[in-house]
Amino acid sequence: MITENEVWVIALVGMGLVALGFIYVISQVGKSSDEERAKRAYKTSNVLRRWLFLILLVIFAGVSYASLWHFPLPPQQAPLAAKQIVNVIGHQWSWEFSTNQVEAGVLVEFRVTSADVNHGFAIYAPDGRIVVQTQAMPGYTNKILYTFDRPGTYMVRCLEYCGLAHHVMEAPINVVAIRGPST
Amino acid sequence: MSSLALYPEDEKLPRNERLVFDLYIITAVALFVLMMLLGLSMRLTQATWAGIGPKLFYEILTMHGAGMVGTMGLVTLAVMWFFLRKYVHLHLWAFLTNYVLFMLGALAIIISIFIGGYAGMWTFLYPLPVHSMGIGSVNAAALFFIGYLLIGVGFLLFYLDAAAAIIRKFGNLGRAMGLQWLFGGTIDQSHPKAVVASTMVIIANSLGILAGAVVLVMCLINAYFPAVVLNALVVKNLIYWFGHMFINATIYMGVIAVYELLPRYSGRPYAVSRVFLWAWAVSCVFVIIVFPHHLLMDYAQPRWLAIIGQVVSWGAGFPVFLVTAYGVLTNIYRSGLRWKMPSRLMVLAVFGWAAGIVPAILDGTIVVNTLMHNTQWVPGHFHFYLLLGVLPMALAMMYHVIGSRAQSSDDAAGDKLSLPLYIIGGLVFALAFLAAGKASVARRFATHLPEWVPYDQAGSIGAILIILGMLFFSVRIIAGLLKTPTDVGSAHPGG
Repeated sequence: MITENEVWVIALVGMGLVALGFIYVISQVGKSSDEERAKRAYKTSNVLRRWLFLILLVIFAGVSYASLWHFPLPPQQAPLAAKQIVNVIGHQWSWEFSTNQVEAGVLVEFRVTSADVNHGFAIYAPDGRIVVQTQAMPGYTNKILYTFDRPGTYMVRCLEYCGLAHHVMEAPINVVAIRGPST
Repeated sequence: MSSLALYPEDEKLPRNERLVFDLYIITAVALFVLMMLLGLSMRLTQATWAGIGPKLFYEILTMHGAGMVGTMGLVTLAVMWFFLRKYVHLHLWAFLTNYVLFMLGALAIIISIFIGGYAGMWTFLYPLPVHSMGIGSVNAAALFFIGYLLIGVGFLLFYLDAAAAIIRKFGNLGRAMGLQWLFGGTIDQSHPKAVVASTMVIIANSLGILAGAVVLVMCLINAYFPAVVLNALVVKNLIYWFGHMFINATIYMGVIAVYELLPRYSGRPYAVSRVFLWAWAVSCVFVIIVFPHHLLMDYAQPRWLAIIGQVVSWGAGFPVFLVTAYGVLTNIYRSGLRWKMPSRLMVLAVFGWAAGIVPAILDGTIVVNTLMHNTQWVPGHFHFYLLLGVLPMALAMMYHVIGSRAQSSDDAAGDKLSLPLYIIGGLVFALAFLAAGKASVARRFATHLPEWVPYDQAGSIGAILIILGMLFFSVRIIAGLLKTPTDVGSAHPGG
């Protein structure tokens, strides 16, 4: 599973490479070029473009395969085999959970819908980062599968603008350590 | 192929055309400054340096979104008109009607927001506009829809006139896009890139606007006959189909300025090629079918739509990187490019577009979207390529036109300061959004958690720098347009 920091680094590297390409060419703009050199440069640029095309194609194919082969979203029609199920209903401007306590290390299925308008159901970890999200939409139920790896207080925030109090539409989910067998 | 003369004769605007063109540009520049000030007020509020209440904040956010998207559409349509009219006969009435309908639509939107209390965002996701918990009235929402419809009708009229003109000249839209040369044949080197790009925009954006019109009428009916319940997912698909194509069309209309003007400053021809025609044909298809990447978090969507959204998002990068950005770089490489404001802005624009789509493509990946959707990563990438990409394309054309009217391509002393201010401000502003997205800062929140505020403060500083740069651009451009026309010679006709 990719993290926000990794996405940030990939984006900076990608944008940086674009910037380097521009900086290099800009540094060359003022240099003279006779007809012979211009022809050579044109040929070289075509060869480079083919290589760039191949590199992008490999990245495109690799990312598509790696990120889609095991489809990252759970099937929505088939029953899911989670031991814990939380039914979630979004309201303007509150969350209604069938339970707000789940166990860490055990798969949880969230069944998310809305009673009124579109909401965004995003779970924030105690460190303030989003771990998973889906939309809460009237007339539909979106199902998330997620296993909390650490106990703590997670916060659900609405990430789809839903009106005047959208920014305060949040509710905690308590993730507790797995209970051992009773003695 | 366009001429390499800096101010060619066929670009000269007759009096009436000039008047309407100036109206477009002056209106757009003024609206950009106003919308930027609204944007700054929101960033300052999130940064705790200003205190706008949530109600007004969300109204401003709605105005800023609708205003910026609309103004980008208005100004890039002027770019398209300015260059396309050289190759086909466009009717001035269609161009003027679009302006009038745009202004009427804008007025309706302003009234609906600041008098009616509509604050359902520019994306008007059903059923929020009519389900605001008593904050805005149904009439206000309806007025907003009508405002959009007026603007859409104006655009559609202009596109229909342009399509008819293109078909009259080239036979059909396919030939105008150069499809007959995709698999072979000798390409007509004089075939204008402006026609290829305009035709693509006409096809894609007309479809988008029609989808928008359908969904707006559906929402209007629902507003007054609530028993007619809409399917929220279908409505969302239609809205994003319309919204995505409308804002993307601004890039494809704006880039016409680069295709037309850059060779004049580099002194190198920039003719059509098979790769170029393929890129525009593919982009036409991609821009029409890529919209599901806005609905990746709607798990109820059919899985194949989400896959299309991701795969096409990544595929859309190929034409941008390999054709437009690469083509521009090879055109200016060791060309002795004349570094004037238009050429500086064009190079910036293509950089901003190419760099800005990197975080956009990443966000179009389902696993990434699960973390970044509706965080500030999203305004991060679209502000990057709109502020540093599309707007500089339009500004380049404006600077070129005022240069042609002054019969001098010399920059003003202030340009040396305003452009760096704008670029640094733009980078700080967009990167602050992206960094905030990395930290999971939610977008569209009137108030922010204390740990989110440093990003807002950095963004506010960036916004101030952008506005300072933009204010100088605006004064230069408006003064340049309003200058009394000189008796220009044929070597330097006024634009």
